[in-house]
Amino acid sequence: MLTEDIVSRSRTVRARGVTKCFGDVVALDGVDLDVAAGQIHGIVGPNGAGKTTLLGLLLGLAVGDGGTLEILGMPVGRALAAPDGVAGFVDGPGLYPSLTARGNLAALAALRGPGAPAMGIDEVLGQVGLTDVADDKVRGFSLGMRQRLGLAAALLTKPRLLVLDEPANGLDPAGKRHVHNTLARLAADGATVILSSHRMDDLAAMCSEVTILSAGRVVFSGPLNKLAGENRELDYLLRTSDTDAARLVAAETDGISVVDGAGTQPDPEVIVVRALVSGLDELVPRLVRADIAVRELTPVVSPLETAFLALTEEHERESSR
Amino acid sequence: MTATATTAPAEVVAAPTVSVRRVYRFELVKLLALWRIRILIALCWIGPAITVIVVSGQGTLPSDTLFGREMHATGWAGALVVLSFAGSWFFPLLTSVIAADVFSSEDRLGTWRHLLVAVRSPRRIFIAKTLATLSVLLMCVPGLAVSGIIGGLVVGSRPLAGLDSHLLSPADAAGKLLLAWLCALAPMLAFAAIGLLASVIFGRSPIGLLLPAFAGLGMQLASQVLPMPAAVRVALPSFAFLSWNGLFTSPPQLGSLIAGAVASLAWAATATALAYLLFMRRDFTSLANDGSIRRAITAGILPLLGVWVLSAGVVAAVTGATGSGIDAGKLQQSLAVSFAHLYRVQSQEVYHLNVTEAQLRTSAHCTKGSALVAQDGPGNDWRCYVYWHLPGVNNATGQAVYQLDVSANGRYVADGDGPNQVNGYFVVHTSYGDAPNPLWEFDGLVDLLATT
Repeated sequence: MLTEDIVSRSRTVRARGVTKCFGDVVALDGVDLDVAAGQIHGIVGPNGAGKTTLLGLLLGLAVGDGGTLEILGMPVGRALAAPDGVAGFVDGPGLYPSLTARGNLAALAALRGPGAPAMGIDEVLGQVGLTDVADDKVRGFSLGMRQRLGLAAALLTKPRLLVLDEPANGLDPAGKRHVHNTLARLAADGATVILSSHRMDDLAAMCSEVTILSAGRVVFSGPLNKLAGENRELDYLLRTSDTDAARLVAAETDGISVVDGAGTQPDPEVIVVRALVSGLDELVPRLVRADIAVRELTPVVSPLETAFLALTEEHERESSR
Repeated sequence: MTATATTAPAEVVAAPTVSVRRVYRFELVKLLALWRIRILIALCWIGPAITVIVVSGQGTLPSDTLFGREMHATGWAGALVVLSFAGSWFFPLLTSVIAADVFSSEDRLGTWRHLLVAVRSPRRIFIAKTLATLSVLLMCVPGLAVSGIIGGLVVGSRPLAGLDSHLLSPADAAGKLLLAWLCALAPMLAFAAIGLLASVIFGRSPIGLLLPAFAGLGMQLASQVLPMPAAVRVALPSFAFLSWNGLFTSPPQLGSLIAGAVASLAWAATATALAYLLFMRRDFTSLANDGSIRRAITAGILPLLGVWVLSAGVVAAVTGATGSGIDAGKLQQSLAVSFAHLYRVQSQEVYHLNVTEAQLRTSAHCTKGSALVAQDGPGNDWRCYVYWHLPGVNNATGQAVYQLDVSANGRYVADGDGPNQVNGYFVVHTSYGDAPNPLWEFDGLVDLLATT
């Protein structure tokens, strides 16, 4: 029973050695990918890394030149088709500006027919927070509203695999919350979400696992905490009740280095220290013992972004050799 | 990519096929949501009626358009003017706005991927878009026909003089008018297919949108300016927009009509097939499709030129037509018949005499320019003498002179040059007052593909 469950979970997306070329350009070069059901999986990479190509393969917009790809347990052949239950968008949602938000969704629902599994139009509009503008023409929608309507269009089909390219583009904080909540709810119901984003904070907030692509190759794939917990020093902002005393304590702690010069920090109550996670574990108790209250300790750059930059730069250096 | 041997779980199924009917409805909803399409359909249903009523009430009529000079006389002429104008100018424009935008609009909006994910079959998308385009065109064309007829009926349903000047009863005129509109569908399909092809080839580029209109204009100009053999001219879709003229002679000139319609359908089939092949081979992973002139030439223009040449060859082989299709013999025959019909009308109006065409035994003799000029082809330098036997006068023969302006498509305008009491003046004195002189100026038509 447990084995069956594990096999089933591994079947949402399984790619082995997937290659895709456009003329002389190698967009994907032997990509392996495993995404389990109920997971929100992030795809990150610099421009031209192959993210959109990979998402396009998952949506059935293109077929690979080599390797094997299974989606929802179904092998994807050479024909342009993904199994039922796959929805999403790449390069922005496809919407018709002359139709209303409701009109776009109604046309899409009519396309699938009455027998297909579907959510109600009002329901999906409510989920993405567009109920108030349901009868407005899409022509007047902002980028964020279009993104949310694109998500609603994908949700309409009750997807088991939702593939989204930069879904947080142009979203205001309220819109972002709607999208985050919707995706989290979807994943909690057992659907798989694969999304790409340039916003590391978004990915860190939503994804349990990420795959980092660089020049068409996978340079990391796994849980976020594994990526953040890699043996890598990070810069942290440290705000305390006594900045000068904290600076002295930090300087005396093994594995900690203070990287800002006194007085050069824009906020005089903040110092920047560079350390491994184990170094922070040493520093915080020492500050407490010295009667220094720790008010904030946060990475200057998110661990995900640091890892992303380090891995991609390293891969690019290797490729250029 | 090789398929793996993994067995799919029972609940996972391949994506369901979205039927062409559903995709067609989706495309129709999108098209009819566009204001320009709605306005165009409304214009087609309202515009012609208003135009016919207004123009028929004006002092100056569009006499350079076929049947235009008859708009005062009967409303059926107005309905035919609508068809003439639509064929020459409006249909290419209509297909530009509808057909040439149906694929490129997805490129402009960036919705191809969305559509493909939803439908999962480029073939079905192509079929549905093509059918939706045809449907919208078919919403427009009956509108033009019905609206023109309604306008004509408001002006007055009176007999119409055909292109050999025999009178058609209103019922005959209505029947031939409907048949003429049906004939115009073949070239319209050709232009619609050219629009689809342009839309597929040029993507976001505005060149594709304008192509059917430019193609129509180019064909019109080429037909009028270039000295083409009749078979080559007939094989152009633009000619088929005019070939319904042959329905309004007695007997009808069906050769050009059928040849033009078949050639137009060949253009339509080829352009649609090319559009389909190019669409099916398109790589949708690239969003930007701005078209390429090189591809337009190799995959669009050259194959269609091939269809033109092939059609022309078939028309020439079947009909034996080699030259311009316009010669003195055809003009003499046509002019003599028209003159006889109109002389009869004039005799009834002026002298209350019922003479028959058989009594008149009309003949004509035409020459073109000077003796140094070839006695065939279009031009405004044709001069014809018409002879007829004066009824009731033994061995007396009448003679009238006409200047003929002959167009390359076989239509001519005969302008009376005297004598004054026959065809030299634009009015005649009748018992009920002055009336337009039927022999003063009239339209005629020669069959380009007929052999004399």
